[in-house]
Amino acid sequence: MKLVVLKFLRDLPAVLGLGIVLFGLFVAVFANQLAPHPDAAFQSNLLQRFKPPSAEFWFGTDNLGRDIFSRVVLGTRSAFIIAFTVVGSAMLIGVPLGLFAGYLGGWRTELIMRLTDVVLAVPQLILALALAQLMKPGLDTAMLALTLTYWPFFTRTVYAETRRLKSSLFVEALQGVGASTTRILFLHILPNAASPIIVRATIGMGFTILTAAVLGFLGVGATPPDPDWGLAIAESRKFLPETWWFATFPGLAILVAVLGFNLLGDGLRDLFDPRLRRSR
Amino acid sequence: MTAAYDANGAILQVRGLVTVLGRQRPLVGRRSAGVRAVDGVDLDIAPGEILGLVGESGCGKSTLARTLLGVQRESEGNIVLDGRSVGGLDPGEARRTRGDIQYVHQDPGAALDPWWSIGRSLEEGLAIRGNRSPADREARVRRALSEVGLDPATAGRYPHELSGGQLRRVGIARILVLEPRLVILDEPTAGLDLSVQATVLRLLRDLRARLGLTYLFISHDLSVVRRLCDRIAIMYLGRIVETAATDLAFSAPRHPYTRALLAASPRLDSELVQRVPVMGEPPKPGAIPPGCAFHPRCRYAEPHCARSRPVLESAESSHLVSCLRWRDLPAEPTASAT
Amino acid sequence: MSEPLLKVSNLAVSIRGDEGVARVLDRVDLEIPRGRIVGVVGESGCGKSTLIKAILGVLPPRAEIEAGEILFEGRDLAHASPQVLAREVRGSAIGFIPQDPLLALNPVFRVGTQMLETMRWHAPPQWKGRHRERLVELLGAVQVPDPEKALDRYPHEFSGGQRQRLLIAAALSCQPRLLIADEPTTALDVTTQQQVLKLLRDLVAEFGLSMLFVTHDFGVVAQLCDDVSVIYAGQTVEAAPTRRLIDEAAHPYARMLLACHPDRATELGGIPGSVPSPYVPPTGCRFHPRCPIAVAECTSRRPDLQRPSGDHSIACPRHHLTLPEAAA
Repeated sequence: MKLVVLKFLRDLPAVLGLGIVLFGLFVAVFANQLAPHPDAAFQSNLLQRFKPPSAEFWFGTDNLGRDIFSRVVLGTRSAFIIAFTVVGSAMLIGVPLGLFAGYLGGWRTELIMRLTDVVLAVPQLILALALAQLMKPGLDTAMLALTLTYWPFFTRTVYAETRRLKSSLFVEALQGVGASTTRILFLHILPNAASPIIVRATIGMGFTILTAAVLGFLGVGATPPDPDWGLAIAESRKFLPETWWFATFPGLAILVAVLGFNLLGDGLRDLFDPRLRRSR
Repeated sequence: MTAAYDANGAILQVRGLVTVLGRQRPLVGRRSAGVRAVDGVDLDIAPGEILGLVGESGCGKSTLARTLLGVQRESEGNIVLDGRSVGGLDPGEARRTRGDIQYVHQDPGAALDPWWSIGRSLEEGLAIRGNRSPADREARVRRALSEVGLDPATAGRYPHELSGGQLRRVGIARILVLEPRLVILDEPTAGLDLSVQATVLRLLRDLRARLGLTYLFISHDLSVVRRLCDRIAIMYLGRIVETAATDLAFSAPRHPYTRALLAASPRLDSELVQRVPVMGEPPKPGAIPPGCAFHPRCRYAEPHCARSRPVLESAESSHLVSCLRWRDLPAEPTASAT
Repeated sequence: MSEPLLKVSNLAVSIRGDEGVARVLDRVDLEIPRGRIVGVVGESGCGKSTLIKAILGVLPPRAEIEAGEILFEGRDLAHASPQVLAREVRGSAIGFIPQDPLLALNPVFRVGTQMLETMRWHAPPQWKGRHRERLVELLGAVQVPDPEKALDRYPHEFSGGQRQRLLIAAALSCQPRLLIADEPTTALDVTTQQQVLKLLRDLVAEFGLSMLFVTHDFGVVAQLCDDVSVIYAGQTVEAAPTRRLIDEAAHPYARMLLACHPDRATELGGIPGSVPSPYVPPTGCRFHPRCPIAVAECTSRRPDLQRPSGDHSIACPRHHLTLPEAAA
């Protein structure tokens, strides 16, 4: 275990990723305390419109005179909530399906995997837009759409791992002592398949933040006046390029958050790589 | 030490067992007839004996073991355990009725979940069998661990922390907690160093004496088999070609394949190789020759060997041989005669 | 007696690892006379594979030859430059037969392509333009059926025994003087193993080669080797002609190891204790913590090889003592 930690610490990009993610989590949890002008984040103050970055407003103010820094900080919270909710729900759906598909075989596997293929063929954004048309546009609809399109990635990952583990000797030994399928799947195969799931989830978080921002930008995600990074960029379009800070800082926030999750995910993947895992 | 061979008192009786692997009848695509990995096996195991099952890789020993255990379903034939017929069941049902048979894997390290401690893995078998008392389970695991010569504190360790010899012992302890009567040992000494192998063999012998176990001992190492087993069965391409008490099989083997195997197997008193006892390699299990499966490689083969299939006949009491020509073969002095 | 083809003396190799410096080989002595097959026997972790790598000059970068020499045809390989080793020794003067024939062949290339590639680098110049012809001859010599067609097939189309024959042909393809084989028959069944061993003996005689055969199986040694050397924890403990070593082993480790062999009538005992870690090897004779006849001197002084006769050497000053009943 100590060796694993040491190995991870030697991987500089991964440590950077971990740092960004932890920092983002910290900001998300303590957003209310960290925002310097919590009131100015929502209330419009037309006298303070379009102030460039200064000592008082670090990231400047927007078209309604709201403090962009506070809005970026508060946006972190919503971005992380979206990421965790979507990835968590997608895991709840995708992981058990992948386990069963990998272990059972026969028509049940065919059914699950073909369904997975069908869902993977639906573009995420199109589905989200369609759902937004059917239901009321908003964060909930966006999250539902993202969840409905993201679970197949987990199913595929878990399916491949389960197939591999199913033929391993320890599973055969468990069948030999008469262990039930549920016991084998959830007590033995799931923990052994944890590493690729964690990697997939980490990268999925970054991906979800990005997609959620796009949905916000398209107007089918977060609704004004919620502090949302994608929404902020959409609102800033009309005032570019004069008020460069309006779009830049929410954009940077997206970039950094997505980069952080991806670096961490890649680092974890290297760490869990089965070829390296064997030498443990 | 040789346990009396008595078909009536046998703990396990196998008749005409056939196991076909890979048979597929998909709705779409090509049908596959499968491979007869076990092709008509008759076998009796007497209580308290160690029966060695010897054969080269791909001869079907492991499939036979898995079929007896019940994780692989047989296609034909019958299995009688303690006078009760336990054949023809689907795997889940078969494992429940055959709890008296347990299996020790060739690589007991890989047979343990790497994320679970030894103790937890060992207790699991008891929990599956409905033992609801954690204290009792723990006590039984500790007892089994000391039974196989390990420190009971091993229960708290993980598979990757143990050596190959220790893992073999854990593998044995794992089935001892289940109180089996017949233990199938699949190549229990493969890959072990000589000094570790010796201790494992001694442990197996001690456990049999102490707990009255019966072993089906699968191995390709004839030196080990000769040392440990009371009786041996030689398998070739899914069929048993000869069974006899160990002394007899080594001193007066009857089947040409047994003779070739004995002559080829390396021993401390081997001479430098001068001649090769049998040419070629076994055919793929998917293409078993007709008639006697060994005839293409047999130096005594005659045309009719390719046509009619031999059955196990009694050459003398407790010595069965499946060869059309066993009566005509020269009494060949083999290198193994002592 | 003429100079041996290969003479390893007093070889010590250490490898830097995560947990410190592993002194894998401490003092290995080995002689391979011309025309003979020498077996090296030892349990896992005794340094057999490091010895092979040292002779072939493919030690990992973190390994260091601390002492000793490897004289091959009078030339010290231990201190030769990597370029010289790659060009003039490995694959040309010394052929190598690996343990696992499946891992040693690339599954996506035809067998002939792979073997001709090696010959392009290492075959003697007078064979230029006749590589394929030579290879067909060799495949015939190792008894691969239909050699001409075999070159155009892929590795998976051959059985285990045939693949091992291909690798033997590959090792021979550059006309080596010495063959090094690393447990080449462990993956094979006994009848196939017998065929390969017989083939190796015939080839060594036919091509006038010498061979170093590493194994853990005394039975195989008895069938194949003229001489045998026993290694324990990086130290040569005993070397003798095969029959003499198996029948009259003198070193306590060799005696106890042979007593563990199932063919021996003695009670199955094993050897108490376990192989020491190369990171903290015992001082003096590395076997002393497990040796029933060890005395204080064994813990401080590394025993020299004694030669009771010209071809028998034993690294134990107390080898004439009988072992206690319980240990042997």
